[in-house]
Amino acid sequence: MQNEWLYIGLFLIVGVALPAAALVLAWLISPKKSNPIKDSTYECGMETVGESWVQFKAQYYIFGLVFLVFDVEMVFLFPWAVSLGKLPLFAVLEGIVFILILVAGLAYIWRKDALEWV
Amino acid sequence: MNFWKDPIQVTADWLMSLFTGWGMAEGLANVLISLLGIVILVTIMLVIDILLVWIERKVVARFQDRLGPNRVGPFGLIQPFADIIKLFIKENITPVGVDKVVYNLAPVLSVFSVLILWAIIPLAPVIIGVDLNVGLLYLVAAGAIGTLSIIMAGWSSNNKFALLGAFRQVAAMISYEIPMVVALLIPTVLAGTMGMLGISEAQQGMWYVFLSPLGALIFLISAVAELGRAPFDLSEGESEVVAGFHIEYSGMKFGWFYAGELLHAFTFGGFWGILFFGGYHFFGLENWGPLVAAAIVLFKALLGYWVIMWIKYTLMRIRIDHMLAFNWKFLVPLSLVVLMVTALLNTLLRGASVWILFLSMFLANALIAWITIEILRGRSRIAREKVEGSAQPVVESAHH
Amino acid sequence: MTILFLITAVVILASAVMVVTSRNLVHAALWLVSALFGVAVLYALLNAGFLAVVQVVIYIGAIAILFIFAVMLTRREMRDTGPGLNKNWWVSALTSILTFGGLAFLLSSWSGFSQTPAAIPSGFDAVSALGDALISPDAFVLPFEVASVLLVAALVGAVYIAFNPRAGDSPRAGDSPRAGDSPRAGDSRK
Repeated sequence: MQNEWLYIGLFLIVGVALPAAALVLAWLISPKKSNPIKDSTYECGMETVGESWVQFKAQYYIFGLVFLVFDVEMVFLFPWAVSLGKLPLFAVLEGIVFILILVAGLAYIWRKDALEWV
Repeated sequence: MNFWKDPIQVTADWLMSLFTGWGMAEGLANVLISLLGIVILVTIMLVIDILLVWIERKVVARFQDRLGPNRVGPFGLIQPFADIIKLFIKENITPVGVDKVVYNLAPVLSVFSVLILWAIIPLAPVIIGVDLNVGLLYLVAAGAIGTLSIIMAGWSSNNKFALLGAFRQVAAMISYEIPMVVALLIPTVLAGTMGMLGISEAQQGMWYVFLSPLGALIFLISAVAELGRAPFDLSEGESEVVAGFHIEYSGMKFGWFYAGELLHAFTFGGFWGILFFGGYHFFGLENWGPLVAAAIVLFKALLGYWVIMWIKYTLMRIRIDHMLAFNWKFLVPLSLVVLMVTALLNTLLRGASVWILFLSMFLANALIAWITIEILRGRSRIAREKVEGSAQPVVESAHH
Repeated sequence: MTILFLITAVVILASAVMVVTSRNLVHAALWLVSALFGVAVLYALLNAGFLAVVQVVIYIGAIAILFIFAVMLTRREMRDTGPGLNKNWWVSALTSILTFGGLAFLLSSWSGFSQTPAAIPSGFDAVSALGDALISPDAFVLPFEVASVLLVAALVGAVYIAFNPRAGDSPRAGDSPRAGDSPRAGDSRK
């Protein structure tokens, strides 16, 4: 058991180290001739106009929220799905009730037009 | 133990005896052997990544009725290596006002989130990094880290277009994670385990694509959206937000974003093959040896990658509001219905022969698809009548 | 194992301190991601693999992203807001030291630290056991269903509070095909 996660930990370390090493190598062997025009922010070839900050639509947050609720639902459903093979029929029905309650929630916010990207 | 029957274990045993013969402690030798295996796997993946660049350019050329790179080396095979060398020696331009740490960390995290997926992919019954019993959730977790890297890239670039592209991309990615996770729940229900090896083993009788074609389709669609590839590549639309979150990246940093995206597509092709198309099973061919099984898995991954490329180079880009409406109003309810029907049928028909299971599930999927298409036709007819007017054309009577 | 735990604990504590003291809000959110990842590593060290990946999926994949979205909704994230110390910082320092002392005293007098935990039987499938517990009527099925109601309540409440329909969008005057949708509430929307 421990060994599995140790392997994953080693994999994570190598997964970060190898791309980082490539970036360091690229930084070492690349020329460094910086000048202000090259380093300026890209805006389709023109000078930047205004702050580089955009008014963030509140709709992004709504989508994130709906995603969060459904994500937690999925996490609940994973153990249900794994143990489904050995359980009697009412276990499936309990899971279906769980899903249907959340579908009702989705239907509510659908009707409220909260899923529009206006 | 014959080397060809279990190459990893034989090599590991030989190395272990070598290390302990040198006087090394067993725990440390274990760690070193694991590290060696990981480095070899990651290197193989990166080499495959370079070949994928060549495949991508040749295939897109053929789709567009041209030849693709054919000057550098035979059939242009050296082209991606030349590209990699160019990316390495490009100047490291860091625009003003970027947040240096986050800016440099983002491409590393992006390709990191793809590389770590190869720890759980079963290339053969005995060739697998580690058979986590929570393999599918690990897949979702790696996707979460990829999403984070995109926000980091967009925000740290100090550029309006990068920020906008990054937000759109993240909104699309997190939305499409829901149908993807539900589609991942379908093989979990059918196999009774989240571990990749268990799911591959359980498909010995019948591949899951036959038991749940809608599940395979939903997984493919949401995987393409997760990858940020066309037709869901709004954040990379050249005419719209110029290059989305990786505008201000050049050189090897951009190289990692690009190569990471291709490797991600290949990995998802691999997952599609393992979860729905039987993994390393191929009518008994996998019993010849683990290397044959690994070749089968890689071949299926290539086929999945080809389907993903086919979709990219055929379909047009979808607008962001259509993309999100498609997800929340169509894919999420559809995938939940498919999951419920699959779970119900799986429990009702427990113990039945595999052909009865196949027949009933396939018919249930076909029924769901038919009902869906009928509902869509009805609604599109209503929408069309609202626009055009539903009156019968009265011009006919004038001609009599 | 102990040294891994110590390294992880140091990382979590350092990230937590950086979250609170960081002047840039987005940096604070990213340090929070690092702290949450450290907690996931702790779960993995305790052999709770399912909880470790769930921690990454939910906390880092959803909640941290929501934090970053919320930070970006305010205009202040791009500016350095200066030192965040309040005038009465000594009151809060005193309170936290007292709380920490009380908790440390309580925990140190708990005998559970010196007992060895029961060994998990080999071949024990934690996820399957969790699934069994979530379903069986004399275990956790009622909290399981109530959790879904709670999630819907959170969803409905959040949308009700946060969603601001523009005028002219929501009241659907004369839009009769809309009424035709509701009779299909019995089956899930496809």
